[in-house]
Amino acid sequence: MSEQATLSQTALGGARYDAGIATIVEAPLQGMITLRGDLASAKVKNAATGVAGVDMPGQRQVNCVEQSGIAWMSPDELLVLCPYADVAANMAKMQKTLGKGHALAVNVSDARAMFHLGGTHARDVMAKLAPVDLRRDQFTPGMIRRTRMAQVAAAFWVDGDDRFSIICFRSQAQYVFDLLKIAAQPGSEVGHI
Amino acid sequence: MLILTCPMCGVTAEETEFHGGGEAHLKRFGPGSSEDEFEGYLFMRENPKGVHFERWRHANGCGKWFHAARCTTTLEVFGTYAAQTYEPPAEIKAVISDKRPGWRWREHS
Ligand SMILES: [Zn+2]
Repeated sequence: MSEQATLSQTALGGARYDAGIATIVEAPLQGMITLRGDLASAKVKNAATGVAGVDMPGQRQVNCVEQSGIAWMSPDELLVLCPYADVAANMAKMQKTLGKGHALAVNVSDARAMFHLGGTHARDVMAKLAPVDLRRDQFTPGMIRRTRMAQVAAAFWVDGDDRFSIICFRSQAQYVFDLLKIAAQPGSEVGHI
Repeated sequence: MLILTCPMCGVTAEETEFHGGGEAHLKRFGPGSSEDEFEGYLFMRENPKGVHFERWRHANGCGKWFHAARCTTTLEVFGTYAAQTYEPPAEIKAVISDKRPGWRWREHS
């Protein structure tokens, strides 16, 4: 495996905003590996679960414990999450598991940015930006949703405390942070969720 | 508002999560075809008031292409189905016949 240059900083240097109705924090560097292939194949499943240490998620589901997890992204795509420092070793392990099977694993860690959105009104803030039903009985922990946030693509999931994890393209990190800030500005509670 | 269900990932969302891909079930005419066939393939499109078949892509979601059968006047969606088919499936046609008896679209009815 060839040496890969890695970034030592997140897109926005750990930006945060807590002057509004929700708290927005840019996450530290997060390892992310896109894995494409036949999701029914044992090799593909083992390649993902072997490095993430969680069960294979079902359709539109995510299993994530701290910095490690697996997200179902499409009928032939998973996003494998792991600590940033472990990506190279995990890539090698995955390639070994995949063998000569028809599949593709790519390190996309430095092509993405990640945010956490929390607080009492976090669902309100997300609902302003994405065309998704975010009521507590509709968008539940364990689901992942790929959609758009205003004008850019994003994926997010939520935990039991209404804390969202949001992934977007690194080049759009500033845009997404600004969107979240505007949607979370003081006094902008909608309160329908 | 047009609400579509992506048959590839199962998400139901309004149209801004998707991107329209034009008319469905076009038959390609390339080198060796007549000028009329080639013109029809490139330029001639249906513009119905009522039942229509289109290609859509779940652009801000799973990224997959699929087909949708819908009504252009009411935005009612009769069904969505896989991209890997040359013509509307029988079950989609049955739903349309139920709701729009006597419908016709190109050579389908
Ligand atoms: Zn989809």
